[in-house]
Amino acid sequence: MTAIPIPARVRGSVQQLLALASLIAILVFFSFASPYFFTPSNLVGILMAATVTGILALGTTFVIVSGGIDLSIGTGMILCGVMTGVFMTYWGWPAWAGVIGAILFGGLIGFINGFNVSVLGLPPFIATLGMMLVASGLSLVISGTKPIYFKEHPDFQLLMNYDVIPGARFPLGVLIFLVLTVVAAVVLSKTIVGRYAFSIGSNEAATALSGVNVVRWKLTIYTIAGLFVGIAGVLAASRLSSAQPVGGMGLELEAIAAVVIGGTSLQGGRGSIAGTVVGALIVAVLTNGLRVTAVPQEWQSVVVGCVILVAVYVDMLRRKAN
Amino acid sequence: MTDTPLLEVRGLNKSFGPVQVLRDVDFSAYAGQVTALVGDNGAGKSTLVKCLGGIYSIDSGEYLFDGKPVSVHGPRDAAALGVDIVYQDLALCDNLDIVQNMFLGREIKSGIVLDDITMEQKAAETLASLSVRTVQSVRQHVSSLSGGQRQTVAIAKAVLWNNRLVVLDEPTAALGVAQTAQVLELVRRLADNGLAVVLISHNMNDVFAVADRIAALFLGQMCAQVSATDVTHSQIVELITSGRSGDLGLRQNGATA
Ligand SMILES: Nc1ncnc2c1ncn2[C@@H]1O[C@H](COP(=O)(O)OP(=O)(O)OP(=O)(O)O)[C@@H](O)[C@H]1O
Ligand SMILES: [Mg+2]
Repeated sequence: MTAIPIPARVRGSVQQLLALASLIAILVFFSFASPYFFTPSNLVGILMAATVTGILALGTTFVIVSGGIDLSIGTGMILCGVMTGVFMTYWGWPAWAGVIGAILFGGLIGFINGFNVSVLGLPPFIATLGMMLVASGLSLVISGTKPIYFKEHPDFQLLMNYDVIPGARFPLGVLIFLVLTVVAAVVLSKTIVGRYAFSIGSNEAATALSGVNVVRWKLTIYTIAGLFVGIAGVLAASRLSSAQPVGGMGLELEAIAAVVIGGTSLQGGRGSIAGTVVGALIVAVLTNGLRVTAVPQEWQSVVVGCVILVAVYVDMLRRKAN
Repeated sequence: MTDTPLLEVRGLNKSFGPVQVLRDVDFSAYAGQVTALVGDNGAGKSTLVKCLGGIYSIDSGEYLFDGKPVSVHGPRDAAALGVDIVYQDLALCDNLDIVQNMFLGREIKSGIVLDDITMEQKAAETLASLSVRTVQSVRQHVSSLSGGQRQTVAIAKAVLWNNRLVVLDEPTAALGVAQTAQVLELVRRLADNGLAVVLISHNMNDVFAVADRIAALFLGQMCAQVSATDVTHSQIVELITSGRSGDLGLRQNGATA
């Protein structure tokens, strides 16, 4: 009964190391492929892109670890951005209230997803697909299909763009992403919500038999994902100093790809925040690298798609191996 | 059998829709004893223990614990009494380690953070107190354990909570000879530690190896509750297959001898 061998944890980190090695390889490759790639301004651009997808991916990690899926995060994020505009521009709320309001609105979206999944028993895929369309439509209806600008709040864009380190380009948004990463990592691995996300994803019936209120914890897990969606929506709006009501479809797949590339199993029960962050960076670096090396837009999604397939395949091989 | 049973049910009935699965069942289990619950496939053994564990609500009947009537309306009520069931279909999470499984649903926290170190210590102590030496590390994922080790973890999980009655639904069904012996030894040790143990098994050798008392179900009716030393192998087999054996078992009118 010694506590020395930790095979499970070592096994878990293999895929993370693999992802990390791939990230470095991709970075090196693009640095040689294009002189524009490894420049401070381009790297900051990558980080900014990784921030929004990455925050979405952090929340989604909880859902996927618990054996669920959330397809509504992309358009949900757009809707939260629009709500920021509604609160701050239409209704004239102070910036802090608008930000908190939009984040809580994201939580509400997640809560409704959680309710549909755990109380009504809808399959997560269908429940969140419905929400994806609802959010997409609502964004257009609420905004009248036009962007909402933050005229009364010129400083709002600083939330994403403010340079934390004087003289160097390190946006506040990226710092927020880093802080959220640490928070998410602690919550997933050290608190009860995280533990139940793993146990529900691993064996929902056994978790219920052990006296865990599965319905309540699934609600919590989807709500957490929704809060992250709200934060991402606020930051995306801040980045452009406007709430753009169009789009968002496809973003959820980028975020889910980041999660899967980072070694989180779509079957649930396995995953890590560290992996997700590396996955988000891989997606951002790939997308950016393909652009600066002038690979046609059409081919970019082909490449990202292939990377996802490889990641899922590796995950499957690994599962078979043990 | 002079002392009061730790757990006793009287006249328990349970139907699923039009199908009556349990008919006027009496059943009792005593502290410090292993009570084997035997019966053919579909006799109602799993249903009976799920009623005891509060998974199924009973249609009618009395539920006595420590001689006092109690009402059990859910798994939480049963857990509050100290009744725990280790299910036939092993209720463990493959992707969690041994400690995480043993504490699932009753995690120890310090503040809002899980106290993994304390949980690890307690899990190791419990396994040691049951003389379990077959697992290398309590941090091993359950998916990497053998059938016997999994069963051991499931049983240890039930023991960890100072439960007073543990029900084991076919704990040896999927095990080889050596692992079966280990689990049976563990079952015996639980009773010797003062717990009431209910063991469901189809294997008469297992039953006679560890049981103090034997309760036989036949088509949803309790046909005999006897001391293991008072009956033979073949009598039990007869009870299981036909509901009666000589003086024992169901009379023609269905009453229990
Ligand atoms: N949820 C249910 N709904 C309807 N019928 C059920 C249900 N659970 C059990 N039954 C029926 O009740 C009867 C008893 O089943 P039970 O699982 O208690 O048998 P068992 O004695 O445990 O058998 P085995 O030895 O095969 O495990 C069976 O005929 C079964 O079909
Ligand atoms: Mg059964």
